[in-house]
Amino acid sequence: MSTSQIFLMTSTFLACAVEMVEALTIVLATGITRGWRSALLGVAAALGALAVIVVVLGPAMARVPIGTMQIVVGSLMLVFGLQWLRKAILRSAGRKALHDEDKIFVAEQQIARQHIADIKQPIDWYGFTLTFKGVFLEGLEVAFIVVTFGAAQQRIDLAAYGALAALVIVLVAGVLIHKPLSRVPENSLKYVVGLLLTSFGTFWTAEGLGVAWPGADLALVVLLAFYAILASLIVRQMRATTKGATA
Amino acid sequence: MKYITSFLFFWYDFIIGDDWRNAAATLIAIGLTVAALSAGIAAYWIFPTVIGLYLVSLLKTT
Repeated sequence: MSTSQIFLMTSTFLACAVEMVEALTIVLATGITRGWRSALLGVAAALGALAVIVVVLGPAMARVPIGTMQIVVGSLMLVFGLQWLRKAILRSAGRKALHDEDKIFVAEQQIARQHIADIKQPIDWYGFTLTFKGVFLEGLEVAFIVVTFGAAQQRIDLAAYGALAALVIVLVAGVLIHKPLSRVPENSLKYVVGLLLTSFGTFWTAEGLGVAWPGADLALVVLLAFYAILASLIVRQMRATTKGATA
Repeated sequence: MKYITSFLFFWYDFIIGDDWRNAAATLIAIGLTVAALSAGIAAYWIFPTVIGLYLVSLLKTT
């Protein structure tokens, strides 16, 4: 397996895991508060809708020329990766509040409780809609990640394995602990995924434009090291500035 | 109409997000790389430099 294929599987796995933890939080909050039947029906309907989208979108993406695909996917990946990396840097430096799955879980439960009268109906449409929307939207991001990451390297299978591994791990964890996965260090995950996506996005966009990277695929490792060192120096500098200002 | 608005919002949020400078840095890097390649100059250093400068600019974030 080449360096870029290992990167592909790792980044798909981590990015999908983050989205799945968010979807799981909504499903658990709805299921516990409003009952599991409608919540799980909402999940099943969302997964069905996503499957249709992937089946339609997947083969269409494979027909786009590889150079164009690298530019489009690479630049989207770069923008998306930079957003996550920026937030992770600011959170690590204490300049932005940490993403708290426990808080989100409580907020989702409160929303679900506001429509408690609907529960007596055969299908609780409110619970159904909450999980459908949550799983569909987060799942759409997962599908987008798998199809685009995979198509840019013409290995949708590897990207799908990465996503599948994330799904199994998040589901098993969710069933075992039956609570929001608040112990998952989400900021660290987003930090790593942000670095991987930024490195991948840089590599593919430039390659798609016609840049010859010195060392070919190994340039990915150099890019990752460069961005990781730079980000950690920025976090350190920000922390020092904050400490200096409060002292 | 509602679906078109949500579709557009999804893409706005995906590309622009909380900081429009992410997308601007990417566009600048693409533009400079295309210009360097057309002039026959090695361009592999442009993307890491532009993205690196954007990350350094985060130091000004309060």
